[in-house]
Amino acid sequence: MKRNDDFETRREHLASLSDEELHARFWSCVEQLTDPLLTLGYDNTSPSIERSVLLRMGFSSVEAKAIVNGCLEHGLLQHGAGNVVYRLSKSEDKSIREAGEALVSGDAWERAETLFRGAKA
Amino acid sequence: MSEYSMKPDERIDVAKVLENLEHYHPRRHGWTWREHVSDLHMGPFTYEDCSKPLHDSVGLPPAHYFDDIDPQPLPTITTEIASGRFEDDIRRMRMAAHHGADHIMVIRTAGQSHYDGLIEGSPQGSGGVPVTRKQVRAQRKALDMIEDEVGRPINYHSYVSGVAGPDIAVMFAEEGVNGAHQDPQYNVIYRNINMVRSFVDACESKRIMAWADMAQIDGAHNANATARDAWKVMPELMVQHAINSLLSYRIGMKKEYICLSTVPPSATPAPCVHMDLPYAVALRDLFEGYRMRAQMNTKYIEASTREATVTHVLNMLISKLTSADIQSTITPDEGRNVPWHIYNIEACDTAKQALVGMDGLMEMVELKQDGYLREKARELKERAVLFLEEMLELGGYFAAVQEGFFVDSGMFPERNGDGIARDINGGIGVGTVVKRAPDYMAPVTAHYGYNNVAQYDPEAVDDPSRLIGGCTLEHPEKIVYIDELDDTDNVYLRMDEVKKYAGPEAKYIRPEMEWLADGTVMLTMFFPTDVRHAEAAALEVGRRMNLSDCVVINREIMQRAEGTRIELKGKVSFDIDMDSLVLPQEPDILSDEELRKAIEERPMVVVAGTVGQDEHSVGMREIIDIKHGGIEKYGIKVLYLGTSVPPEKFVNAAIEVNADAILCSAIISHDNIHYKNIARIDNTAKEMGVRDRLMLCAGGTQITNEGAVEAGADAGFGRGTHGNHVATFLVKERRRRMEAQKEN
Repeated sequence: MKRNDDFETRREHLASLSDEELHARFWSCVEQLTDPLLTLGYDNTSPSIERSVLLRMGFSSVEAKAIVNGCLEHGLLQHGAGNVVYRLSKSEDKSIREAGEALVSGDAWERAETLFRGAKA
Repeated sequence: MSEYSMKPDERIDVAKVLENLEHYHPRRHGWTWREHVSDLHMGPFTYEDCSKPLHDSVGLPPAHYFDDIDPQPLPTITTEIASGRFEDDIRRMRMAAHHGADHIMVIRTAGQSHYDGLIEGSPQGSGGVPVTRKQVRAQRKALDMIEDEVGRPINYHSYVSGVAGPDIAVMFAEEGVNGAHQDPQYNVIYRNINMVRSFVDACESKRIMAWADMAQIDGAHNANATARDAWKVMPELMVQHAINSLLSYRIGMKKEYICLSTVPPSATPAPCVHMDLPYAVALRDLFEGYRMRAQMNTKYIEASTREATVTHVLNMLISKLTSADIQSTITPDEGRNVPWHIYNIEACDTAKQALVGMDGLMEMVELKQDGYLREKARELKERAVLFLEEMLELGGYFAAVQEGFFVDSGMFPERNGDGIARDINGGIGVGTVVKRAPDYMAPVTAHYGYNNVAQYDPEAVDDPSRLIGGCTLEHPEKIVYIDELDDTDNVYLRMDEVKKYAGPEAKYIRPEMEWLADGTVMLTMFFPTDVRHAEAAALEVGRRMNLSDCVVINREIMQRAEGTRIELKGKVSFDIDMDSLVLPQEPDILSDEELRKAIEERPMVVVAGTVGQDEHSVGMREIIDIKHGGIEKYGIKVLYLGTSVPPEKFVNAAIEVNADAILCSAIISHDNIHYKNIARIDNTAKEMGVRDRLMLCAGGTQITNEGAVEAGADAGFGRGTHGNHVATFLVKERRRRMEAQKEN
């Protein structure tokens, strides 16, 4: 889109504002713009976020990647990769590390899927 | 296990730093600001705007005139270091810290933004380093030692961006990284990463950074560097700063750690201060409480390091007239190569020099409260508000980006239709964001957003990592450290190749600009011809000097036909054996007491002055005057002949007062006039038959002992000479001559 500089006419509604009022307007607009972005972050997750959760749970970057990729493949990422590891560890009475390693090795995914079957998406 | 510790007069042993990295944990988290000291007394001066001095540092070149003081300005000073080999960067970090840098920023290798995960090990980078846990840990560990050495905390910094932002944020928080760039808008606009993914990831990254009290720098300065006319994006810059700042604040970062990366957008020959100052004022008005990271202009940087330096000093005038919490420095060679060691140091010195030089300026000067400055600032703010209003009308941030709102070369509301537009359904990582299910859960600290911890333990809601007995942020011993993943590309192989040049005991040395023993040298030359011939001639010079990989890195026209200045880089392939070097003897100085005693026992008279057509008497006065610690204080009688003394007059005066010595000072050195005049005194004394009973000493900034002796003097004294050096020579030489006479 091309447009000439129509600042003089466009600014009319701002002309009478004091500096403080102008600053308040600036930040109120920014707030309105950032509200939906914060909500987006609140409601969603991503492979990177889930890897970062697994890193914090004591897995290496290589293990975190394998677990997140497994979660994606098995449609489990929506529950949280950390949650998958956690629930598996509880249900099988394993440590967090052992549960994660079982997922990395590839032979625990069916069991993990069962643990989340029926959960609302 | 004995840990390596650095010694002040020894090169850092990088191989030792790399030992035991698996057991290293950072000693602190979070950012540290400098401590202001009001009415700081250093040497003969008082400073208003300086910070706590260092234990050990390298002062500005003239510091020796002022008791070797090295005042440190108040803003944190950044240096950006990333040569592609982090092991070599460690040595540069130490040098930069000694020149006043306390914010070391590591630039990432090209392409890391698009790497979906953490890179491990220590592969070589291009245009930066692959940022990995090992590299970060090694550098943070080295900086711990370096900060102890200089006596000030050093902030370590890199980037939390790309498609692995949260992964990197966690690694940085674990490894004690103190600051990072984080701005989802940067991913979207400049790295074409999907906008939804970027913002969702950013929320998590920022929460982690907030936990670690890391300082955050936004990405707005990139619009300056990208836009066709950098000064026309000023309204947009305020919008970009605001979106990232408010987002960060609402996610939990403290305002004192949210830094706006702001660049004076224009550069000379534009009337840049006139254009940039209203913008700087507008920004600081709007963003009260947030911090300013004053970046320097890179958009208009060319190959002349002098020109870049002046631009950067003008940028710091803006910092001083407004405010800067972090003063970034751009190396003046950024316009011609990946920065070299010496230019990082130059840039740090430029910042220190300019800011210390302007100390107390605002006590005397204030910005006008009316007229052009305030009117222009108001106009820019209004343009920014109009920008925001139109974004809201369009439906928000994503809609505006799709419309190509950003980096348009029109001064908003003018639009040129050349902005960078991105599709919400496009970019790297599109479709990878997943809506959290009602049972979504993450049992870790510093996690942003919906987290159903209550399903497992309602008491852990405020402390989710309790479910797993604490995460790595509380228990760093849970961190899994990977040393290397690639046997063919790692620091050990690189260091092995240059082993004979490395470490404190190295026997061989080569010139170096960025990597150990790279052999790179730079030559500056002038050719009395046009630019094309000069360039070709320079390459031929390099070839005949047996330099390889010659490249002309700067050319400046003196006059189209009369001449061209050229800077050429090339490489040498030979080694210098340290043991083969012949070092001139360190001056052996007698104590003040010994000197006084020698003169008391046998008085001494000298005649002194500046020789030829030379009016520079300051150095000479320092050598002779009692109040400057000159030779008079030992009892030596000085007949001062004044300035521009003809050679014959020195000899005649010496005969007349029966002097023991002539001290001549020669500063002017073009056409070797300084040495020619020394030779004239020597010849005159010989002709008059008195040379044997006179000692002849010459001094001056361009004089060396060897050169002076060759010209006929008995000794020469260059920069850094004090009265005791000259007096020692006179006493010892007189003694030597007397003993020689006795033997005869």
